[in-house]
Amino acid sequence: MHVPDGFLDAPTSVGTAVVAAGVVAACLVRSARHELTDRSAPLAGLVAVFVFAAQMVTFPVGAGTSGHLLGGVLAAVLVGPATATLCLTVVVTVQAFLFADGGVSALGTNVLLMGVVAVWVGYGAFRVALALLPRRLASVSVAAGVGALVSVPVAALAFVGLYAVGGAAPIPLASLAAVMTGWHVVIGIGEAAITVLAVTSVVAARPDLVHGAQGRLPALELRTPEPVR
Amino acid sequence: MSTRRLLVLGLLVSALVAGVLSYYASGRPDGLTHVAQSLGFAGTARGSVTSGSPLADYSVAGVDDARLSGGVAGLVGVAVTGLLMAGLVLLLRRRRPRSED
Repeated sequence: MHVPDGFLDAPTSVGTAVVAAGVVAACLVRSARHELTDRSAPLAGLVAVFVFAAQMVTFPVGAGTSGHLLGGVLAAVLVGPATATLCLTVVVTVQAFLFADGGVSALGTNVLLMGVVAVWVGYGAFRVALALLPRRLASVSVAAGVGALVSVPVAALAFVGLYAVGGAAPIPLASLAAVMTGWHVVIGIGEAAITVLAVTSVVAARPDLVHGAQGRLPALELRTPEPVR
Repeated sequence: MSTRRLLVLGLLVSALVAGVLSYYASGRPDGLTHVAQSLGFAGTARGSVTSGSPLADYSVAGVDDARLSGGVAGLVGVAVTGLLMAGLVLLLRRRRPRSED
Protein backbone atom coordinates (compact mmCIF):
# COMPACT_ATOMS: atom_id res chain seq x y z
CA MET A 1 0.00 0.00 0.00
CA HIS A 2 3.02 2.30 0.34
CA VAL A 3 2.90 4.78 -2.54
CA PRO A 4 6.37 5.47 -4.00
CA ASP A 5 7.56 8.82 -5.34
CA GLY A 6 6.37 9.47 -8.88
CA PHE A 7 2.96 7.75 -8.92
CA LEU A 8 1.21 11.06 -8.23
CA ASP A 9 2.21 14.44 -9.66
CA ALA A 10 3.74 17.19 -7.50
CA PRO A 11 0.59 19.33 -6.97
CA THR A 12 -1.39 16.29 -5.80
CA SER A 13 1.43 15.22 -3.48
CA VAL A 14 1.60 18.72 -2.00
CA GLY A 15 -2.18 18.70 -1.62
CA THR A 16 -2.23 15.36 0.22
CA ALA A 17 0.63 16.57 2.44
CA VAL A 18 -1.30 19.71 3.41
CA VAL A 19 -4.49 17.77 4.15
CA ALA A 20 -2.57 15.09 6.05
CA ALA A 21 -0.74 17.73 8.12
CA GLY A 22 -4.06 19.38 8.98
CA VAL A 23 -5.65 16.12 10.10
CA VAL A 24 -2.58 15.11 12.11
CA ALA A 25 -2.61 18.49 13.87
CA ALA A 26 -6.29 18.05 14.74
CA CYS A 27 -5.57 14.50 15.96
CA LEU A 28 -2.76 15.75 18.23
CA VAL A 29 -5.31 17.96 19.99
CA ARG A 30 -8.07 15.36 20.05
CA SER A 31 -5.77 12.59 21.23
CA ALA A 32 -4.44 14.68 24.11
CA ARG A 33 -7.87 15.95 25.17
CA HIS A 34 -10.10 12.93 24.70
CA GLU A 35 -8.15 9.72 24.21
CA LEU A 36 -4.83 9.51 26.00
CA THR A 37 -5.07 8.90 29.72
CA ASP A 38 -2.28 8.15 32.16
CA ARG A 39 -3.48 4.56 32.20
CA SER A 40 -3.81 4.02 28.45
CA ALA A 41 -0.79 6.04 27.26
CA PRO A 42 1.68 3.09 27.35
CA LEU A 43 -0.64 1.12 25.06
CA ALA A 44 -0.35 3.87 22.41
CA GLY A 45 3.42 3.34 22.22
CA LEU A 46 2.99 -0.41 22.09
CA VAL A 47 0.40 -0.17 19.30
CA ALA A 48 2.75 1.89 17.09
CA VAL A 49 5.55 -0.62 17.65
CA PHE A 50 3.32 -3.61 16.90
CA VAL A 51 1.91 -2.03 13.73
CA PHE A 52 5.45 -1.34 12.49
CA ALA A 53 6.50 -4.93 13.22
CA ALA A 54 3.40 -6.50 11.72
CA GLN A 55 3.65 -4.40 8.54
CA MET A 56 7.01 -6.06 7.84
CA VAL A 57 5.39 -9.46 7.54
CA THR A 58 3.83 -9.41 4.08
CA PHE A 59 1.60 -12.39 3.44
CA PRO A 60 1.04 -13.97 0.01
CA VAL A 61 -2.32 -13.19 -1.61
CA GLY A 62 -3.43 -15.15 -4.66
CA ALA A 63 -0.96 -15.53 -7.49
CA GLY A 64 1.96 -13.15 -7.69
CA THR A 65 1.07 -10.57 -5.10
CA SER A 66 1.15 -9.99 -1.36
CA GLY A 67 -0.40 -7.81 1.28
CA HIS A 68 0.44 -6.59 4.74
CA LEU A 69 -1.40 -5.27 7.74
CA LEU A 70 -2.27 -1.57 7.62
CA GLY A 71 -3.17 -1.61 11.30
CA GLY A 72 -5.42 1.44 11.21
CA VAL A 73 -8.47 -0.20 12.76
CA LEU A 74 -6.36 -2.32 15.12
CA ALA A 75 -4.87 0.90 16.47
CA ALA A 76 -8.15 2.84 16.48
CA VAL A 77 -10.04 0.18 18.44
CA LEU A 78 -7.25 -0.21 20.99
CA VAL A 79 -6.24 3.43 21.60
CA GLY A 80 -8.84 5.60 19.81
CA PRO A 81 -8.93 6.91 16.23
CA ALA A 82 -7.05 10.18 16.76
CA THR A 83 -4.23 8.40 18.56
CA ALA A 84 -4.32 5.75 15.82
CA THR A 85 -3.71 8.44 13.21
CA LEU A 86 -0.67 9.54 15.24
CA CYS A 87 0.58 5.93 15.53
CA LEU A 88 0.30 5.33 11.78
CA THR A 89 1.92 8.69 11.03
CA VAL A 90 4.94 7.74 13.15
CA VAL A 91 5.14 4.29 11.51
CA VAL A 92 4.84 5.58 7.93
CA THR A 93 7.39 8.35 8.62
CA VAL A 94 9.94 5.91 10.07
CA GLN A 95 9.40 3.63 7.06
CA ALA A 96 9.90 6.44 4.56
CA PHE A 97 13.04 7.95 6.11
CA LEU A 98 14.81 4.94 7.58
CA PHE A 99 13.76 2.10 5.30
CA ALA A 100 13.03 3.84 1.97
CA ASP A 101 9.57 2.21 2.07
CA GLY A 102 7.10 4.68 0.57
CA GLY A 103 8.37 7.87 -1.06
CA VAL A 104 9.34 10.95 0.94
CA SER A 105 7.40 13.19 -1.44
CA ALA A 106 4.55 10.67 -1.10
CA LEU A 107 4.66 10.79 2.71
CA GLY A 108 1.55 12.97 2.89
CA THR A 109 -0.23 10.59 0.53
CA ASN A 110 0.72 7.56 2.61
CA VAL A 111 -0.28 9.23 5.89
CA LEU A 112 -3.58 10.20 4.28
CA LEU A 113 -4.32 6.70 2.93
CA MET A 114 -3.14 4.55 5.84
CA GLY A 115 -3.26 6.95 8.78
CA VAL A 116 -6.42 8.87 7.97
CA VAL A 117 -8.71 7.07 5.48
CA ALA A 118 -8.06 3.52 6.72
CA VAL A 119 -8.22 4.63 10.36
CA TRP A 120 -11.33 6.83 10.31
CA VAL A 121 -13.48 5.01 7.74
CA GLY A 122 -12.50 1.68 9.29
CA TYR A 123 -13.27 3.01 12.78
CA GLY A 124 -16.66 4.25 11.52
CA ALA A 125 -17.42 0.77 10.21
CA PHE A 126 -16.30 -0.65 13.58
CA ARG A 127 -18.72 1.67 15.39
CA VAL A 128 -21.64 0.73 13.12
CA ALA A 129 -20.89 -2.99 13.50
CA LEU A 130 -20.56 -2.63 17.28
CA ALA A 131 -23.94 -0.90 17.50
CA LEU A 132 -25.58 -3.75 15.58
CA LEU A 133 -23.94 -6.58 17.55
CA PRO A 134 -25.07 -7.87 20.97
CA ARG A 135 -23.81 -5.79 23.90
CA ARG A 136 -21.07 -8.21 24.84
CA LEU A 137 -17.35 -7.74 25.25
CA ALA A 138 -16.71 -10.34 22.52
CA SER A 139 -18.54 -8.10 20.02
CA VAL A 140 -15.63 -5.65 20.19
CA SER A 141 -13.33 -8.15 18.43
CA VAL A 142 -15.91 -9.06 15.81
CA ALA A 143 -16.67 -5.40 15.05
CA ALA A 144 -12.92 -4.68 14.86
CA GLY A 145 -12.65 -7.41 12.23
CA VAL A 146 -15.47 -5.83 10.22
CA GLY A 147 -13.81 -2.41 10.41
CA ALA A 148 -10.45 -3.87 9.38
CA LEU A 149 -11.99 -5.70 6.43
CA VAL A 150 -13.62 -2.47 5.23
CA SER A 151 -10.57 -0.27 5.81
CA VAL A 152 -8.25 -1.88 3.25
CA PRO A 153 -10.38 -1.65 0.05
CA VAL A 154 -11.51 1.83 1.10
CA ALA A 155 -7.89 2.98 1.38
CA ALA A 156 -7.21 1.37 -2.01
CA LEU A 157 -10.16 3.25 -3.51
CA ALA A 158 -8.90 6.48 -1.95
CA PHE A 159 -5.65 5.90 -3.85
CA VAL A 160 -7.67 5.51 -7.06
CA GLY A 161 -9.40 8.81 -6.26
CA LEU A 162 -6.02 10.52 -5.86
CA TYR A 163 -4.80 8.87 -9.04
CA ALA A 164 -7.82 10.32 -10.85
CA VAL A 165 -6.72 13.77 -9.69
CA GLY A 166 -2.99 13.55 -10.28
CA GLY A 167 -1.88 10.17 -11.58
CA ALA A 168 1.38 10.13 -13.53
CA ALA A 169 0.16 7.85 -16.33
CA PRO A 170 -3.12 7.79 -18.29
CA ILE A 171 -4.62 4.61 -16.86
CA PRO A 172 -8.31 3.79 -17.36
CA LEU A 173 -9.71 4.59 -13.93
CA ALA A 174 -12.49 2.00 -14.03
CA SER A 175 -10.03 -0.86 -14.45
CA LEU A 176 -7.68 0.66 -11.87
CA ALA A 177 -10.57 0.85 -9.39
CA ALA A 178 -11.62 -2.71 -10.21
CA VAL A 179 -8.23 -4.38 -9.73
CA MET A 180 -7.30 -2.25 -6.71
CA THR A 181 -10.58 -3.15 -4.99
CA GLY A 182 -10.35 -6.82 -5.98
CA TRP A 183 -6.89 -7.41 -4.55
CA HIS A 184 -7.44 -5.27 -1.48
CA VAL A 185 -10.65 -7.02 -0.47
CA VAL A 186 -8.57 -10.21 -0.29
CA ILE A 187 -5.81 -8.41 1.62
CA GLY A 188 -8.57 -7.06 3.89
CA ILE A 189 -9.34 -10.62 5.01
CA GLY A 190 -5.77 -10.93 6.29
CA GLU A 191 -6.11 -7.49 7.89
CA ALA A 192 -9.28 -8.62 9.66
CA ALA A 193 -7.66 -11.85 10.91
CA ILE A 194 -4.63 -10.08 12.43
CA THR A 195 -6.83 -7.31 13.86
CA VAL A 196 -9.22 -9.78 15.54
CA LEU A 197 -6.28 -11.70 16.99
CA ALA A 198 -4.60 -8.58 18.40
CA VAL A 199 -7.78 -6.95 19.74
CA THR A 200 -8.98 -10.20 21.30
CA SER A 201 -5.62 -10.63 23.05
CA VAL A 202 -5.64 -7.16 24.59
CA VAL A 203 -9.35 -7.38 25.48
CA ALA A 204 -8.65 -10.68 27.25
CA ALA A 205 -5.72 -9.22 29.19
CA ARG A 206 -6.91 -5.68 29.96
CA PRO A 207 -10.39 -4.79 28.65
CA ASP A 208 -10.30 -1.59 30.72
CA LEU A 209 -7.51 -0.19 28.52
CA VAL A 210 -9.29 -0.83 25.21
CA HIS A 211 -10.78 2.36 23.77
CA GLY A 212 -13.36 0.52 21.66
CA ALA A 213 -14.55 -1.51 24.65
CA GLN A 214 -15.62 1.52 26.67
CA GLY A 215 -19.15 0.96 27.88
CA ARG A 216 -18.86 -2.79 27.26
CA LEU A 217 -17.13 -3.77 30.44
CA PRO A 218 -18.86 -6.00 32.99
CA ALA A 219 -21.19 -3.83 35.05
CA LEU A 220 -19.43 -4.66 38.30
CA GLU A 221 -16.19 -3.13 37.08
CA LEU A 222 -17.93 0.00 35.90
CA ARG A 223 -19.84 0.84 39.07
CA THR A 224 -17.42 1.65 41.79
CA PRO A 225 -19.25 3.97 44.19
CA GLU A 226 -17.49 7.03 45.57
CA PRO A 227 -16.44 6.51 49.17
CA VAL A 228 -18.69 8.43 51.62
CA ARG A 229 -16.79 11.20 53.33
CA MET B 1 -2.48 -8.49 34.00
CA SER B 2 -0.55 -5.40 35.05
CA THR B 3 0.08 -2.67 32.48
CA ARG B 4 3.82 -3.27 32.82
CA ARG B 5 3.43 -6.97 32.12
CA LEU B 6 1.20 -6.27 29.10
CA LEU B 7 3.76 -3.78 27.80
CA VAL B 8 6.72 -6.15 28.20
CA LEU B 9 4.78 -9.00 26.60
CA GLY B 10 3.62 -6.79 23.71
CA LEU B 11 7.12 -5.47 23.07
CA LEU B 12 8.49 -9.02 23.13
CA VAL B 13 5.91 -10.17 20.58
CA SER B 14 6.65 -7.12 18.37
CA ALA B 15 10.40 -7.74 18.58
CA LEU B 16 9.90 -11.39 17.60
CA VAL B 17 7.64 -10.41 14.69
CA ALA B 18 10.03 -7.72 13.38
CA GLY B 19 13.24 -9.55 14.22
CA VAL B 20 12.44 -13.17 13.35
CA LEU B 21 9.06 -13.65 11.67
CA SER B 22 9.77 -10.88 9.13
CA TYR B 23 12.32 -13.21 7.47
CA TYR B 24 9.42 -15.36 6.32
CA ALA B 25 7.55 -12.43 4.75
CA SER B 26 6.34 -12.93 1.20
CA GLY B 27 8.79 -11.58 -1.35
CA ARG B 28 6.07 -10.94 -3.89
CA PRO B 29 5.16 -7.36 -4.85
CA ASP B 30 2.45 -5.92 -2.63
CA GLY B 31 -1.08 -5.20 -3.86
CA LEU B 32 -0.38 -1.68 -5.13
CA THR B 33 2.92 -2.62 -6.81
CA HIS B 34 1.28 -5.65 -8.43
CA VAL B 35 -1.57 -3.52 -9.78
CA ALA B 36 0.90 -0.92 -11.05
CA GLN B 37 2.86 -3.65 -12.84
CA SER B 38 -0.19 -5.28 -14.39
CA LEU B 39 -1.67 -1.95 -15.56
CA GLY B 40 1.71 -0.74 -16.76
CA PHE B 41 2.39 2.32 -14.60
CA ALA B 42 4.97 0.77 -12.26
CA GLY B 43 7.67 2.47 -14.33
CA THR B 44 6.54 5.91 -13.16
CA ALA B 45 7.83 5.12 -9.65
CA ARG B 46 11.07 6.89 -8.76
CA GLY B 47 13.59 5.53 -6.30
CA SER B 48 13.25 7.09 -2.86
CA VAL B 49 15.72 9.84 -1.90
CA THR B 50 16.33 7.76 1.22
CA SER B 51 17.30 4.65 -0.79
CA GLY B 52 20.89 5.28 0.32
CA SER B 53 19.88 4.79 3.94
CA PRO B 54 21.91 2.06 5.68
CA LEU B 55 18.58 0.40 6.49
CA ALA B 56 16.96 0.79 3.05
CA ASP B 57 14.53 -2.00 2.15
CA TYR B 58 14.63 -3.43 5.66
CA SER B 59 18.19 -4.72 5.47
CA VAL B 60 21.38 -3.52 7.09
CA ALA B 61 23.96 -2.31 4.57
CA GLY B 62 27.06 -4.50 4.60
CA VAL B 63 25.45 -7.44 6.37
CA ASP B 64 25.20 -10.34 3.94
CA ASP B 65 23.26 -12.82 6.00
CA ALA B 66 19.63 -12.09 5.05
CA ARG B 67 18.21 -13.40 8.33
CA LEU B 68 20.53 -11.27 10.44
CA SER B 69 20.30 -8.21 8.19
CA GLY B 70 16.50 -8.15 8.09
CA GLY B 71 16.20 -9.05 11.75
CA VAL B 72 18.47 -6.26 12.94
CA ALA B 73 16.75 -3.75 10.63
CA GLY B 74 13.40 -4.82 12.10
CA LEU B 75 14.63 -4.44 15.67
CA VAL B 76 16.05 -0.97 14.92
CA GLY B 77 12.70 -0.02 13.40
CA VAL B 78 10.85 -1.29 16.47
CA ALA B 79 13.15 0.72 18.75
CA VAL B 80 12.93 3.95 16.71
CA THR B 81 9.14 3.69 16.32
CA GLY B 82 8.73 2.99 20.02
CA LEU B 83 10.94 5.89 21.10
CA LEU B 84 9.25 8.35 18.73
CA MET B 85 5.73 7.36 19.79
CA ALA B 86 6.65 7.30 23.48
CA GLY B 87 8.16 10.79 23.13
CA LEU B 88 5.04 12.06 21.38
CA VAL B 89 2.75 10.56 24.02
CA LEU B 90 4.82 12.07 26.84
CA LEU B 91 4.68 15.45 25.14
CA LEU B 92 0.91 15.25 24.72
CA ARG B 93 0.40 14.09 28.30
CA ARG B 94 2.51 16.91 29.68
CA ARG B 95 0.51 19.59 27.88
CA ARG B 96 -2.59 19.10 29.94
CA PRO B 97 -3.36 18.87 33.65
CA ARG B 98 -3.45 15.40 35.14
CA SER B 99 -6.75 13.72 34.48
CA GLU B 100 -8.88 12.17 37.16
CA ASP B 101 -7.54 8.68 36.50
